[in-house]
Formats: sequence, structure tokens, C-alpha cells
Amino acid sequence: MAKIERREREAPERREPVWEYATAPESSDIVRLEGRYGLFIGGEFVEPKSGTYFESINPATEEPLAEVAEAGPEDVDLAVNAAREAHEKHWRDLPGTERAKFIFRIARALQERAREFAVLESMDGGKPIKESRDVDLPLAAAHFFYYAGWADKLEYAFPNRRPHPLGVAGQVIPWNFPILMAAWKIAPALATGNTVVLKPAETTPLTALLLAQVVQDAELPPGVVNIVTGAGETGSLVVTHPDVNKVAFTGSTEVGKVIRRALAGTGKRLTLELGGKAANIVFDDAPLDQAVEGVINGIFFNQGHVCCAGSRLLVQEPVFEPLLDKLKDRLQTLRVGDPLDKNTDIGAINSRQQLQKIEELVASGVQEGAEMYQPECTLPERGFWFRPTLFTNVSQSHRIAREEIFGPVLSILTFRTPAEAVEKANNTPYGLSAGVWTDKGSRILWMAERMEAGVVWANTFNRFDPSSPFGGYKESGFGREGGLHGLEPYLDFDGAGE
Amino acid sequence: MSEQRVPVRRTAKLFIGGEFPRSESGRSYEVHAHDGRLLAWAARASRKDLRDAVRAARTAQGEWGARTASNRGQILYRVAELMEGRRRQFEEELADTGAADPARGVSASIDRWVWYAGWADKVHQVLGATNPVAGPYFNFTIPEPTGVVGIVAPQDQALLGLVSRLAPAIVSGNAVVVLASENAPLPAVTLTEVVATSDVPGGVINVLTGFTRELVPWLAGHMDVNAIDISGVPEDMRADVEVQSAENVKRVVRANGDDVFSPAAQSPYLVTALMEFKTVWHPKGA
Repeated sequence: MAKIERREREAPERREPVWEYATAPESSDIVRLEGRYGLFIGGEFVEPKSGTYFESINPATEEPLAEVAEAGPEDVDLAVNAAREAHEKHWRDLPGTERAKFIFRIARALQERAREFAVLESMDGGKPIKESRDVDLPLAAAHFFYYAGWADKLEYAFPNRRPHPLGVAGQVIPWNFPILMAAWKIAPALATGNTVVLKPAETTPLTALLLAQVVQDAELPPGVVNIVTGAGETGSLVVTHPDVNKVAFTGSTEVGKVIRRALAGTGKRLTLELGGKAANIVFDDAPLDQAVEGVINGIFFNQGHVCCAGSRLLVQEPVFEPLLDKLKDRLQTLRVGDPLDKNTDIGAINSRQQLQKIEELVASGVQEGAEMYQPECTLPERGFWFRPTLFTNVSQSHRIAREEIFGPVLSILTFRTPAEAVEKANNTPYGLSAGVWTDKGSRILWMAERMEAGVVWANTFNRFDPSSPFGGYKESGFGREGGLHGLEPYLDFDGAGE
Repeated sequence: MSEQRVPVRRTAKLFIGGEFPRSESGRSYEVHAHDGRLLAWAARASRKDLRDAVRAARTAQGEWGARTASNRGQILYRVAELMEGRRRQFEEELADTGAADPARGVSASIDRWVWYAGWADKVHQVLGATNPVAGPYFNFTIPEPTGVVGIVAPQDQALLGLVSRLAPAIVSGNAVVVLASENAPLPAVTLTEVVATSDVPGGVINVLTGFTRELVPWLAGHMDVNAIDISGVPEDMRADVEVQSAENVKRVVRANGDDVFSPAAQSPYLVTALMEFKTVWHPKGA
């Protein structure tokens, strides 16, 4: 590592931005916000029995967008009852072909209203409009479309097993991909004949509430989809409700463990999609320019608020210097700012709380002796922002190499041999994803076989598709979402072994 | 006023390469309702029309097969959407064929498109495989479209019979040349008008109306047709078709004879029957 330190001393040169961009703001006129949103229970928006509301703000401006109901015990109870009734009266016995057509309607409505959803998603969550427009919304619609097609084909997915639904699914989703996570949860649940009580994240509830309108417009039987907003307490009420048959949670490993304990002995089915600390591994034969794009996308996509983010870059020593050089150049061209600007690469950090967490972990990195690099860029005065950040001289014991930062912060380590790359990549309690960059196909497959990770991207990163299963090894959770494998967590089976 | 208005009649044409030509031969034939009423003079396709249709299918197939499965699925679903909007016309045409329950036939046809739309991005998952070979190799098998498929549509069930053979053929990326039911070609003609406005690229579906016995030998003997569905080929001609198919080793498939309304009439195996399985080996090693 001595060589690396020398390099750092020699090359502190300033990297100026290559271009200045004029602003290209997406209009927010398309979004019609209501001042206050109730809970979506039994097919209608209702006032919360709790009587309390909270604000959802725009993290780029800190301005309030709307007031949203906070569901208390009575509200969650009503939602679960509505879901139960809808399951028994309508949804469970509806032929798969007819269920499918309802889900196709949701997919189509999301396509038709994609721009409105995308703008609202960026306003409520801070992600760049180009991502919500080009990634979140197309994927969410495609997810409904894909699972709609499964609704009447379950016997082909599970031959000789006579699948049937579990009942009511309680689902709690995070703030990093609000509408996409809602799609990942709702689509397979409905396709398999379950009804749903969904709890969106407290900082990003608005697109889920717009989805509730879509569900109304699609004329789904009332109660098939229920959406209860609130914070962690509401989520806890949903997952621990005695009449919920299946719990699906996406969020932190810490909360995932709490849920696992809370559900112990209840017999409820559970899937957990938790944190990650993915290794993105660049070998010396990798096409470097392509790898740079993949590394940048891997950690700065969605401000790094991505459970499968490539937050640990492992670089083979011979290409460490050229890769670092290219990364720093590329960092300088990233545009940080207004999420609704179509040129923006890195939007707002989702909340003040998350910003503080990132700042705390970054400070620990500096304190523990890693070297920090941040490009010059001006940040807006209001709102929550964090510069894209690289750390070199990172050791495996540093907190920034072990803990999930969930922000635009990349820790760079080096390795010499493929075996060492495997060792370092797997040296984490997490196991959600991994990236491998090399020109050698046999090495990709050799590495993939050895990665303790649910998804391995080779010469690409952060690819998602409704047909492709996603989920973790180890403390990144269990169960898969997406693909054929995403059906099983929502089904019971008659027959041998069940 | 409305009583005096003279309705405009539709000319029943061929559907080749996304266009609606009459037969190049200038021929047509009478189409009658089950009660004997004259319904239309349908185009009577010639050998040249058939060859044009095969060329159009071959031209279109590459791009269609290269689309993502998800995109093809959405396009099949779009066909269902537009059929729903035209259901009254389909119902009238089925009633003219003497169908007992035209509404049921149309509903089942629409739902069949929806069902196969869903298979577009699932058939690989259910019927493809990764194979645990005994060695350091990654080995997988994927189904791919076979190419150009000739479909001799069932002579009865002019709509559902056709859709049940057509949808599984194109969903995987094949392009087709359809010979419509000879005596009841009008639902097929109306379907071409739906297809033409459904984002299905021109040439993926080509539909010929005419005399089955005249057209089948040309289709069966065509060297650029990869597979032939003989569901609507008269019994006494089927062996001849199989003989002709040998020349370029066409795959020969047929409907199983079950009630076309029954679940047995739809299957992912009807999709893979018109696909090729490709197996890829790749070494693993650091």
C-alpha cells in the first residue's frame, strides 16, 4: 500500500468541471397534490381513527408537500380486516385469468401516468428525475405486467404442487425506491391471490397514495389493496397483526432482525430484503472505461440509497492507479442538485436523519485513517445534500468498509489474486449483491460461483428486471422477489413435503 | 334519416407485410353465412401471394425475434385490448358462421391473447434450463423462435381456433403466414385489421384467404418455411404435407383435437413446439 500513499501525495491536482450545464427543469405542474391524504382502506380514502397526521417534505427544498395520515392500532386493524374480507369474498376465488386482468390494468395505468408518478417520486424522495422517469417507473409498470401474466399460470411454476394463496400479506417498504418497492410487493401478492396491507416509508408515502388512486380506477374489489401510512410504529402494527398471514419487509438489517424476533412462534411466513455492502470487483483485464461507468453507477445511482449498491470497490493492484484517476475525473462531471433537473446525476439525500448518518460514517472514515476525496461542486443552500465521495487507503476493519452507509460514498480497497478478491468480497455479514469486471468469461463464472451474494452482476451493475429474482444471502435477508422465484413466498402448497 | 342511410361495406382483403392487398391474381370467392346469405367476396390468394407472404414473414422475423420478450408480451396484450373494442363486429361475424355463443367465442379469444401475452417472458423460465454438467462448465439451454411458421387455421371455430394457434406461434418471436378458414374467413380478416393497429410489426402476421386445398401444397413445399401447423389441413392431405415437409425438415404441429374452449387448448408447450432449444457451454475458472 506504500505505493498508493505516494500516489496520493503526488497528485492532488484540481479537477475542473468539463462543462457547465444550463438548467433543464422538469415541470411539477403535472402533479396534483392534495393538501391532506387519508388512509386507503377498503377501496376508499378514510380519515385515520388515530386522528393524527404527519408532513411529507421535499428533501430538496425542505418544503412540506402534503399531510399524510398516521395509522394507529385501530386503523391497521381496519385495514387488515378489509384485506381479510376482500380475500375471502372476492380475491381468493376469482379465477386467475380475471385476477390477471386487474393487475394488467394497474400496469397499464402506471404506464399511462408514468410522468406524473416520476415527478412526484422525485419531489417526495429527492431522486433525480432521469432515474425516476427512466428506471423506477418503467420497472414498476413492468413488474405489474410480468406478475399479471403469472396469475393464471401458477400450476406451471409449481408443477404437481397445487399452489394456493396465504391470505393477507402485510408489507413494509423503504424510502429509496418507493413506487418500485410497492410494485415488487403488491404485484406478486395479488398475482398469487393474496390481499395486501402495504405500509410505505414515512418520508416517501405520496406515490403509494397515488397508486391507491390507480387501484381505485382499475376497479379492483375494495380491500384487495390497502395502504396505511405512518412511521416505524405503524409498520410494527402491520407485521405483528395477528390476522396477517405473510410479512414481507424491505429495509435495514437491524429492523429485519427485530421483525424476525417479533414473528417468532406465530407461524407467519416471512421474507426479508435487508442491507448490503456489495463488493464491486475490478480485475486488471477489465475494460476500464466501462468499469468506471459501472462503478459510478454502482455507488452513485439514487445517491447511493440502494441496498445492493457497490459500496466497496475492490481493484486489482495493477489497475488501481489508472482506475482511481478515471474515477476522479468522472466524479467531477457528476451533477449534484435539483432532482427535477433532467441533467442531475445525484439528487437530494432522502432525509435529514439519513444525511446525519452518512456524515457520521464519513467522519469515522477520516478519523480511522482513510483518505477522502470529494470533487468541487456547489450544493444548493436548502435541502439535504452530500457530495459524491471516494475513500482510498481503506482497510477491511474500517467502519466505512463494514457498515452500510446508504449514501454516495465509495470505499476503495485493492487485491492481488482472484482468491484474495473472493476472500475480501465475502468478508461481510451481508450478501445481497456483487459485481465482477473482467474480460474473461471463465473468471466471471468462477467468481460468481464463489460470491456469497444473491445477485452477481458481471460487467454491469444495478440491473433489475421483473423476470430476474433478487434477494440476499446471509444477513441481507431471505426470500426472493422478482421472477418465478418471487411467487413462492406468497403461496402454500398441497402435496408431498408441505 | 338513419333508416335511409346506406351502410358502407368492408372489402375483405389479404394481409401481407402489414398491408392489405387484393390477390395479385385478381381472384376472389364467395363467402356465405351459415344460412346462405352472401357476406363478402374474399380474396382468393394465389401461389404468388403465398410466396410474397413468406418473404414478408422472413423479413419481419429477425427484428421481431430480437425484441425483448417483455415487449412482445405487451404487444400481444395490446391485440387483446383492441379486440375488446371491436367485439361487436367479431360477435356478428361469429354469429354469421353459425356459432352457438358468439360472445363466448370472442371473450375466450381475447383472454387467450392475454394468456399467451403473459408467457412471453416466462416460457424460458419454465421450459429453459441450467444443466449441472459434470465438469467446470456453465451450461444452459434456452428456447429460441424457429423462424417462419405456416399456419393452416382450423376450419371451424374461425376466431378462437385461429387465435389458439396464432398467439403461441408469434409470442416467442416467430413470424407467420396464416391460411384462414376457407368457409369462414371473415373473423380472420377482421383480426388482421386489429393486428395492423396493435404495434405488431408489419410482416409478423400475414393472413391469406382462399382455397385451402390449393394453397396448402405450396405452403408445405416452401423451402423458407421452418414449421407448419396443419390443424386446418383436410385429413386426406396431411400425409402429403408431411412428405413435402421433409424436403427442408419442417417441424409439423397440429391442434390436439380437444375442445378449443377447454384449458387443454392452451399450453406453453404449444409455444415451445415452435421453438428450437439451444444449449451453450462456457468454462468456469479463475
